[in-house]
Amino acid sequence: MAACFPKGTVIENLIEIKGVSHAYHTASGRLPVLDGLDVSVPEGTFAAVVGPSGCGKSTLTRLVAGLLKPDAGEVWLHGEQVKGPRKTVGMAFQNPVLLEWRTILENVILPLEIVAPSMSKVDRTARAMELLEMVGLVGFEDKRPSELSGGMRQRASLCRSLVHKPDVLIMDEPFGALDAFTREDLWQTMRDLRAAEPFTAVLITHDLRESVFLGDQVIVLSGRPARTQYVMDVDLPKDRTLDVLFTPKAADMLHILRDQIKIAQGRDVEAH
Amino acid sequence: MLSKIATPILAVLIFLGLWELLVWANGWPNYKMASPSDLPPAFWKYKELFFTMGWQTLWRTVVGLMLAVVFGTLIGMVIGFSKIARDGLYPLLIGFNAIPKATLVPVISLIFIGQHDFNTVLMAFMISFFPIAVSVGIGLSTLEPEYRDILRALGASRFTIFRKIALPKTLPEFFGALKVAATLAFIGTNLVEIVSPHGRGLGALFKSGETNGDYPLMFAVLIALAFLGIVLYYAVIFLERVFAGWAEREGN
Repeated sequence: MAACFPKGTVIENLIEIKGVSHAYHTASGRLPVLDGLDVSVPEGTFAAVVGPSGCGKSTLTRLVAGLLKPDAGEVWLHGEQVKGPRKTVGMAFQNPVLLEWRTILENVILPLEIVAPSMSKVDRTARAMELLEMVGLVGFEDKRPSELSGGMRQRASLCRSLVHKPDVLIMDEPFGALDAFTREDLWQTMRDLRAAEPFTAVLITHDLRESVFLGDQVIVLSGRPARTQYVMDVDLPKDRTLDVLFTPKAADMLHILRDQIKIAQGRDVEAH
Repeated sequence: MLSKIATPILAVLIFLGLWELLVWANGWPNYKMASPSDLPPAFWKYKELFFTMGWQTLWRTVVGLMLAVVFGTLIGMVIGFSKIARDGLYPLLIGFNAIPKATLVPVISLIFIGQHDFNTVLMAFMISFFPIAVSVGIGLSTLEPEYRDILRALGASRFTIFRKIALPKTLPEFFGALKVAATLAFIGTNLVEIVSPHGRGLGALFKSGETNGDYPLMFAVLIALAFLGIVLYYAVIFLERVFAGWAEREGN
């Protein structure tokens, strides 16, 4: 593992999570989900977060989005402590949560209605169409979400989360419900979107191949309550293709990550 | 399109035919059960009364229903957004709904003596707001958190989230409840019209048919009520198409 950045460079971390702890209060008592979590994501990079099921990954996305206040620790975005929701964030979930009563175009425009109420309709449409073109949905802008396939809906959902040019894109398993081939298509779409319009991203995923293909760093969380257990810098070319996943280098990375997940799950690592 | 109109008309004709056959085969006299062929003369004889009384019943039902929409939606919003309100209001609402509304007729006619229009509208409202309140409440409280989060993460206000997401998303449930409420409201109107002395509306016409032993008139009133119920129901369907047409899937 080589570092992404040469030594001596001053790196501004766009997202800085310092010693964050959080617990939910349920009927059966206090349920700690995060315990002293540290995450740093430099500007313009892509952080993939993996970890065992139910280890608090979704809580992490809500903290970064300002939808949740941590019990302890701090979340910083752009040198400012996060105290509540901010307009510079985009979110995407496993469920595309498109609004059935709106067309695809109207769905993509939705964040602009909140963030840029004074923007003209023509400009909003132009901006939305620009993104729809990038993800290959031109010709579907007047369709209803129910008329589209799962993969297409998720593409539209990505457009919506990026339409207002957020600094940070937060994704909670956005490709989790898709079939393997569609998922790989969307990985490449994601890569192309980043190349066209750089943004900083946090991706929660269960798929190690996805984390290596898309991530500049992969963060492994421990089992609940989650801490940062392991951080891997993904030393692969920026414009990677799917073929890169079949190289020995990627195979080694995937192997290490698998072992880390096993540790996080509390299982023994087999000797190899 | 043709079959969409022809099928229900055919069904009604078959129903009338079977009814006529039943009365004829049993040789029932009018006072036991009037047959469909007795109805046109009854309608013709009292045609002016049917129009004035029918209008009375219709407008009071519609006003009661509109009140039910306004207050039912407000109550639904309160129980949909606030868990405390939900815990506190549900037992009251269910208890109130469980009371047979016929027992309330003497109560409200004593409170508002002589206010026949008001009492009738009030009863139509009381009997029909419950399904609307419950469906709006459930629609709002079961809104998936992600739907809220996509706007909340951008700093949208609660009102904006309600207007842009919660309200339209609840519309299909709302219209489902409105269809039930529309027919219930007729029951409320007629309860008061029939039970209160010197009432007006189709219910009162029914009562006078009973008093005078005019059995075909009683059946004619029932048919007129059924007709008004159907008209109001389809008016709701029309509104649903306009405001929540998106929820209808192709091929249904």
